Amino acid sequence: MIPASFDYVRASSVDEAVEVLADAGEEAKVLSGGQSLLPLLRLRLAYPSVLVDVGRLPELRGVRDEGGHVHIGATTTHDEIIRSPVVRAGCPLVALATATVADPAVRHRGTFGGSMAHADPAGDLPAVAVALDMEFVLRSTTGERVVTATDFFTDYLETALEPGEILTAVRVPKLGEGWGYHYEKFHRTAQAWAIVGVAAAVRVTVSESGARHVAEARVGLTNMGPTPLRATAVESAAVDAELPPVPHATANGSPSTARLPSANGSGPHDTLREAASLADGDTSPTADLHATPDYRRHLARVLTHRALTHAAATV
Amino acid sequence: MTRITVTVDGVAHEEEVEPRLLLVHLLRDRLGKIGTPVGCDTSNCGACTIMMDGRSVKSCSVLAVQADGSELLTVEGLADGPTWHPMQRAFHEEHALQCGYCTPGMIMAALDLLKDDPDPSDEAIRHGLEGNLCRCTGYSNIVKAVRRGARAMSDQEVTT
Ligand SMILES: Cc1cc2nc3c(=O)[nH]c(=O)nc-3n(C[C@H](O)[C@H](O)[C@H](O)COP(=O)(O)OP(=O)(O)OC[C@H]3O[C@@H](n4cnc5c(N)ncnc54)[C@H](O)[C@@H]3O)c2cc1C
Ligand code: FES
Ligand code: FES
Repeated sequence: MIPASFDYVRASSVDEAVEVLADAGEEAKVLSGGQSLLPLLRLRLAYPSVLVDVGRLPELRGVRDEGGHVHIGATTTHDEIIRSPVVRAGCPLVALATATVADPAVRHRGTFGGSMAHADPAGDLPAVAVALDMEFVLRSTTGERVVTATDFFTDYLETALEPGEILTAVRVPKLGEGWGYHYEKFHRTAQAWAIVGVAAAVRVTVSESGARHVAEARVGLTNMGPTPLRATAVESAAVDAELPPVPHATANGSPSTARLPSANGSGPHDTLREAASLADGDTSPTADLHATPDYRRHLARVLTHRALTHAAATV
Repeated sequence: MTRITVTVDGVAHEEEVEPRLLLVHLLRDRLGKIGTPVGCDTSNCGACTIMMDGRSVKSCSVLAVQADGSELLTVEGLADGPTWHPMQRAFHEEHALQCGYCTPGMIMAALDLLKDDPDPSDEAIRHGLEGNLCRCTGYSNIVKAVRRGARAMSDQEVTT
């Protein structure tokens, strides 16, 4: 369908964007890559009076290493994130999850900030945001404020963004040495949204005898409630879990997941499995075309175990 | 109304557009570039895929005003006069289409993939085309066509 009429302003600076938004009131919408907003407009599920296009503002775009954290400008595209050496080195989990978002054409236009501001519970990046304790930088005509990821995502498609406010950047704290990462996404077709997804980061310690243990874990859940969730019970229970020996590296140097020991049966893996079995505690998954709440709970447990195991195997 | 300029298949155009005009409708209804079809209302099917400043986009999911100043390439800009682009020929030779509705988007998405990976594996082709749906072929011949097109392009030293 053809969208309903709206006015369009291409902002030439962030200052201009927030001024236009302040004047336009609640019916105004920010336009970034348009990959979530345009489908909504085409289906006439949204009727904004004015779109304020921030998609081309150089001050909102790009990735920088700022020492303790990686700064990601709100309008940096998914494609730029996947290719960024700074993201791959400083926060690899962001690159891993972003590579599973949509398809190449959508990733050329869709942006990091747009995905966060849209706050779809099935979106892949919000779960990474809560797992890594990202900080969100919000700007309006009255100034700037910073909110944590858990405070940013307030409800289904709802965020801490007030009318007149734009998200300018997200800061991703670096975790440092010894961490492994994995994003495990369960979906029916390649470009589809997650039925459930799990973002995991695991710090592994290796003793002199070569035994490997979980020292610390971070787990974020996609689509297990109206907002992304942090599986804190899993994180505590996973500490000290014994890990299987390092899988043999393949010819190209990356660990072969095919060689990972089977997750079934007894053995050193069990503590990790027990930890993962707590993943659906404190969640409130919904029913839809793809899954019942019970099936989502089952997926959360299984996928959390996979995500932790694969993350640890990359260290 | 907003005034925009775009270059489409090598020809510059200046147009007055309503902000709500989708890029695909600018191409089809205003500029006559009907080689780019619309296959869905949800940004899923990829039939409308074109190149915008050298990378693939779904032209149903871009506003014409967002394309202001851009260089656009549609499937109609690929042939060199009567001579088809090697990727078009490969789709013909591998019987990679039945109704043909998805073909323009498939070809543009394939050309985008080859920019990063000029000699893609079957798996890389399937991933590269994940945003393009075909209801007819079952995809196997499309994968073969992209492989054949890629080889022909490197033999003839053709890029895009
Ligand atoms: C076919 C398809 C498949 C997809 N699959 C996935 C998937 O598997 N996983 C996934 O995570 N996502 C998926 N997406 C969504 C995609 O990631 C979008 O790119 C993203 O959700 C929105 O980013 P955008 O820049 O396009 O935002 P827009 O569409 O421009 O904006 C989205 C919303 O955020 C607001 N907004 C945008 N930027 C700002 C800002 N800087 N400040 C304040 N508000 C802002 C807008 O007002 C709007 O409400 C898919 C999209 C499509 C079309
Ligand atoms: S028409 Fe289906 S993705 Fe554009
Ligand atoms: S050939 Fe008919 S949709 Fe692909």
